[in-house]
Amino acid sequence: MKTLKDIPVGETVKVVKLHGEGPVKRRIMDMGITKGVEVYVRKLAPLGDPMELNVRGYELSVRNADAALIEVE
Amino acid sequence: MDIKIALAGNPNSGKTTLFNDLTGSRQYVGNWPGVTVEKKEGRLKGHDDVIIQDLPGIYSLSPYTLEEVVSRTYLVNEKPDAIINIVDGTNIERNLYLTTQLMELNIPMVVALNMMDLVRKNGDKVDTKALSEKLGVEVVELSALKGEGSKEVSEKAIAAARTSSLGKRPSILSGEAGDAVRQIEELIRGKVDEKFLAWNAIKLFERDAKAVEALSLDDGTLAKIESLIKTCETELDDDSESIVTNLRYNEITGITADTVKKGRAKGELSVSDKIDRIVTNRILGLPIFAVVMFLIYAIAMGGWSVSVGTRATDFTNDVIFGEWVPGLFDGILGALNVGEGTVLYGLIQNGIIAGVGAVLGFVPQMLVLFLLLSILEDIGYMSRVAFVMDRIFRQFGLSGKSFIPCLVATGCGVPGVMASRTIENERDRRMTVMTTTFMPCGAKLPIIGLIAGAIFDGSPLVAASAYFIGIGSIVLSGIILKKFKAFAGQPAPFVMELPAYHIPSVSGVLRATWERGWSFIKRAGSVIVISSIVIWFLSSFGTVNGQFGMVDNLFEDENLVTEEYVAELADRMNVPKDDVTPMDASLLASVGNTVAPVFSPLGFGSWKPTVATVTGLVAKEQVVGTFGVLYNYDAVAEQAVDEETGELLFDEAGEPVMAELSEEGDEIWDRVAEDYTPMAALAFMVFNLLCAPCFAAIGAIKREMNNAKWTWAAIGYMTVWAYVLAFITYNVGGVIKGEHGFGLGPIMGIVLIGVIIWLLVRKGYKADDSVQSLTSVNANAA
Repeated sequence: MKTLKDIPVGETVKVVKLHGEGPVKRRIMDMGITKGVEVYVRKLAPLGDPMELNVRGYELSVRNADAALIEVE
Repeated sequence: MDIKIALAGNPNSGKTTLFNDLTGSRQYVGNWPGVTVEKKEGRLKGHDDVIIQDLPGIYSLSPYTLEEVVSRTYLVNEKPDAIINIVDGTNIERNLYLTTQLMELNIPMVVALNMMDLVRKNGDKVDTKALSEKLGVEVVELSALKGEGSKEVSEKAIAAARTSSLGKRPSILSGEAGDAVRQIEELIRGKVDEKFLAWNAIKLFERDAKAVEALSLDDGTLAKIESLIKTCETELDDDSESIVTNLRYNEITGITADTVKKGRAKGELSVSDKIDRIVTNRILGLPIFAVVMFLIYAIAMGGWSVSVGTRATDFTNDVIFGEWVPGLFDGILGALNVGEGTVLYGLIQNGIIAGVGAVLGFVPQMLVLFLLLSILEDIGYMSRVAFVMDRIFRQFGLSGKSFIPCLVATGCGVPGVMASRTIENERDRRMTVMTTTFMPCGAKLPIIGLIAGAIFDGSPLVAASAYFIGIGSIVLSGIILKKFKAFAGQPAPFVMELPAYHIPSVSGVLRATWERGWSFIKRAGSVIVISSIVIWFLSSFGTVNGQFGMVDNLFEDENLVTEEYVAELADRMNVPKDDVTPMDASLLASVGNTVAPVFSPLGFGSWKPTVATVTGLVAKEQVVGTFGVLYNYDAVAEQAVDEETGELLFDEAGEPVMAELSEEGDEIWDRVAEDYTPMAALAFMVFNLLCAPCFAAIGAIKREMNNAKWTWAAIGYMTVWAYVLAFITYNVGGVIKGEHGFGLGPIMGIVLIGVIIWLLVRKGYKADDSVQSLTSVNANAA
């Protein structure tokens, strides 16, 4: 299973499924990361975590641990 | 009857600018009852009967964060007459997500499409009319920063409120989910307000705990609803919350595909992206951040010519409160024939003016600090700070957003505590408020300087250890507190928007700065005046050889101040006979003497440090000032010397001008050193650095917690922690340094260290956040 955590900087992927549950999953979806959306991995923070993504036209910061819940292709 | 209009929208959508534009100065800022969320409402300019209720910036109406719950509760319970939904035109897709949810509330609504100036600059095109048709609500173009369109927005909103019109809104939920929701609607019809039937049905479908709690349906109905949900989930192979969210965004994508055309090609960098290439760069990110923070402190609190803050504060202290105000009152009191030795004169000049002046003195510095921080926040840089620092804070269960309050607190704890407002999770917010003031603030520096200079030969290690202890206390407290039920829970998701940089709005920044500064001044005006008066009274009055009165005056009576009396006083107050001063007979000294034993286990159980610590509650710098008075500064004071020529200074009457006690109290160091062993002095410093902060900071904590229990808990926690650490410092440190032998104290100290270690490593309370069925959600809510 490929997740957003494994995607290197500069690549664009499509979201296949969201794992996890409760507030974390809801938050990720509320911010626009839903099934079928395209996500661009912009960069990693200076300390390696979190990562900055471009989603639906804006910049979003997501922790690696949460990115691991987002299955992509 | 007043018309109530709610203002709702995403964070960073320009809501605050619009609110300020609509209400001007007729605003009221407070807190929503019982929670740590700021509440703003105001009257619409030009209309006396229209109230604008600003709701917190939210991305959704989920039941998970405080801001969302507060907004939902308001909308459902207060039923405003209309909603103005502000939508960021450069970010329409995500903004419309909230819009679809607001529409389900069946409240008349107007969409204010903001930042149209940026939209045009980017070359984007939005077909407002088509968007309006598809959404079934009026869409008005707005450019809040430029001040264009806000009047039209408010007029349309009022019109919508008056006609109670609801356009034809798109039905988001189609297919199996739509069917399930409609069946739920039938099941609850009659049991809920008809207006919110659709809203409640959808929330129940999502197993929304707050909605379930509010509706209190019987178990039978809940079971039927649950089975409807389960069927749908199995069919669509996803949980109900995700199903709804996906359907919403699918609908939105459909709408924007037809109505929004982006000017930039996909992958092309915006101006913000280009700036961030440097600012959050892997290599440059941290150094740039360090430089920015350094500049802020240099300007606000440093000692250079560019340090506007320090210069303004010095001016306030030395000139305004050093000369003008006392001089003015001297004149007034003189005209009223109030003599210098009288109670009234003392009360006003030495009690009120001195006390209030000491605190108001650093208002200029704080205003400059507030101003610079407001600018950074408005520009959008603060989210970058949280982004960079998150990794570290995640280790102790917090997030990068907790870093900013701690950082700001190194200048002053008051804005530091206020900065915790951006933390979404209430538990984390409370925890941050409780620990932020462990950081040594500007006012605590003189204490460090005093101890370092008097006892440790000015060693810079002392100052370093002070910061180390402060940061350590915050970190350890974070870990310890997180294990308690009150703070435990799943780590809050750190999914944070990095908004586009934009030029700060001058009026917005000034308004934010003034609001914070003013609340500080108000606090100074109330609590600090009273405490200054109390302390002045206690230190000026006392019983000398049976006679009660102003001790300074009484001590001039040779009949009262007999040798036996002086001996007895010296003995009681534990001072050498030759050093007895009027203050030793004061009420303050007696009170201090009575309370002092509390601090004996910490090594400084005499009345002087006790009194100094208590005066630290007014302002932490007072600790040094009080020491100056108590260690009889007058006796060691030297005649002041002109800084340039080195000549002795005389005033107009030919009297020698005495030097003032310097900030760190250099002059009394020798006397202080006599009284304390190194470890006792260190314990004193530790206690004062970590215990309850000054009244102004306590006031800020009270305002943010918005709950008496929590405020006391915060103060209590800090003081207990300070006591424990000071205890360990004196007892265990004392043994290590050979100051005293191994005994009960050191044993207790080691036990306490053991307790702290246990608190750090034990397994904490684990909250259960997994998805449950409706009936168990209902059971939990009851």
